[in-house]
Amino acid sequence: MTDARLLVRALVDPATTRALDAEGWTALIAMARAEQLMGSLAHRLDGLDHLPEKVAQLCTDARQSAEHARRQALWEAEMARRVLAPLGEPVVLLKGTAYVAAGLSAGIGRSIGDLDILVRRDALDAVERALIEQGGWEWVKEDAYDDAYYRDYMHELPPLIHKERDRMIDVHHTVLPLTAKPTPDAEAMIADSVELANGLRVLSPADMVCHSAAHLFADGDLAGGLRNLWDIDRLVRDFGPRDGFWQALGERAQRHQLQKPVARALRLAEALYGTPLEGDAAGRGRAGDALYIRRLLARDGWGREIRKLLRLAFYIRSHWLRMPPFMLAKHLWTKWRKG
Amino acid sequence: MKHEFRVTVGPVGFRIGSDWKRPLDQLSALYADYPAPDIPDFTVRLFAQRPWRRFIRPSVMIGGDYMLPDAAPLSLAHGLLAAEMGMNLQMALGQRRYLLLHASAVERDGRALLMTGHSGAGKSTLSALLGERGWRFMGDEFALIDLDSGALHAFPRLVSLKNEAIAVMEGEVQSDRLGPLMRDTPKGDIRHLRPPKEAVARMREPAKPALLLFPRFGHAVDIRKVGEAEIFVRLTQASTNYVALGEAGFDALSSLVRTIPTRAVDYPDTESAVASVERLWAELAE
Repeated sequence: MTDARLLVRALVDPATTRALDAEGWTALIAMARAEQLMGSLAHRLDGLDHLPEKVAQLCTDARQSAEHARRQALWEAEMARRVLAPLGEPVVLLKGTAYVAAGLSAGIGRSIGDLDILVRRDALDAVERALIEQGGWEWVKEDAYDDAYYRDYMHELPPLIHKERDRMIDVHHTVLPLTAKPTPDAEAMIADSVELANGLRVLSPADMVCHSAAHLFADGDLAGGLRNLWDIDRLVRDFGPRDGFWQALGERAQRHQLQKPVARALRLAEALYGTPLEGDAAGRGRAGDALYIRRLLARDGWGREIRKLLRLAFYIRSHWLRMPPFMLAKHLWTKWRKG
Repeated sequence: MKHEFRVTVGPVGFRIGSDWKRPLDQLSALYADYPAPDIPDFTVRLFAQRPWRRFIRPSVMIGGDYMLPDAAPLSLAHGLLAAEMGMNLQMALGQRRYLLLHASAVERDGRALLMTGHSGAGKSTLSALLGERGWRFMGDEFALIDLDSGALHAFPRLVSLKNEAIAVMEGEVQSDRLGPLMRDTPKGDIRHLRPPKEAVARMREPAKPALLLFPRFGHAVDIRKVGEAEIFVRLTQASTNYVALGEAGFDALSSLVRTIPTRAVDYPDTESAVASVERLWAELAE
């Protein structure tokens, strides 16, 4: 059965695409789009001389599209910076925007949706007020239950959207839902963050990998997992050769109670993308890894989701991890009643 | 997927997969003269919401490379419309090689007439009608503006005739060029029209935009000039990818607006619209 192994191979070793026929290319492009990896793939294929004309065209389009996404993401970050600068609070960029702002390989060709920032929990009210009163952001939807739920249990404010630019901002005060078992040390993450030239900040290399791994596993059902894992691969390739990175990663993973997700992310990245690893941060392989890999590759040549049962199992697991059973039952009941 | 159909419209190739055979049979009959791409630009999927909905009260979900999160399904009787909507959706959300204008277009002597306006303004019907009367039909839905050269590329998909337009064109063309009549779709009654053979045979020939009209149906004959700023704003609203193209989109659109003669045209019936178009073309087309 065709699965996203085709896409993974093309990303890891673009020269292997020389063997593809028209059907293979068609499937590869559909998969890359469905996994939000078309821009990354287009950059990996750039310059190869065996691309069919149509593929070369689609890749050019995708690279331009990603370049536009990069520019828009940086502009959105700048807009937030201007509004928040007077507060004198550290503002840490997360995920895609951080990768492009810091010029990391993970940002090359990456699609970027919302602006994600991390601020101190004590500063949350002031940040929220500034964004709404001075910045022109507003609540996406007013719903008392959802609002209370976010504020009591989540690691971020309910999403805000900009009135004119139509772009969302997610304001985080930590990196996992408060109801999840691991409790990452958000203050330490902010304290260790690195300042960029414009005053905005990004996480330290080790924390960036920790956050990316937490995002991949502990919060979510692995939807978009191949892309998130590609982020991790690129981050590790950038940071791995730096002095002290592997030791710092081990220490930070422990401090944030994220050893397991980090270890698993490293193992899966190595298995799928051949990520070069050092030291023992990846731990020993576990039986479950094979299931994760099957889930990550669950995509066919039409761009469709496959392995429905496995997907469902991971979906249930994601909620299970996010909250204790009684709370989960109550939450799903309320959501169901509200339709 | 179970069934597959491929078609190239203008410079764009599509692959359409479906859980059902019938919509694709209808498509392949209507698109018989069009070539099939070996590597398509876009994939469209027509699928059942749940496995049993393939058979019981079958309803068609529209998916593909690019999707709207809350798109409502259509009944299987409207499967052909679903396929067309799926193809339009890929263009509207995914096309980055051209500036996409929600406009119809016809060509004469290598020069193109563009018509744009709100739904119901008659741009689609007018382009179909002109396509039967000495013009080359280039498209009734999307005009593709080349980001480098400013040339207009044809996108002559099936003409989607709505409501009153169906009777107008039934009187104009052979019935074998018309698809099945679909009643009570979310867009009213719809019947697809196969463009003239010449429009398909020459669909890879671009043309130079030479006249832009904003037609409006249901008013006494009137022709007005339109200021550059208004044209610009109306075209940004008529474009599905202007924002996504960033600077390249701005450059292409502003150079189009600066060079193309433009008029707003009110008309009470199609015959007077055709007369106005011919007159303005003779006077203004560059």
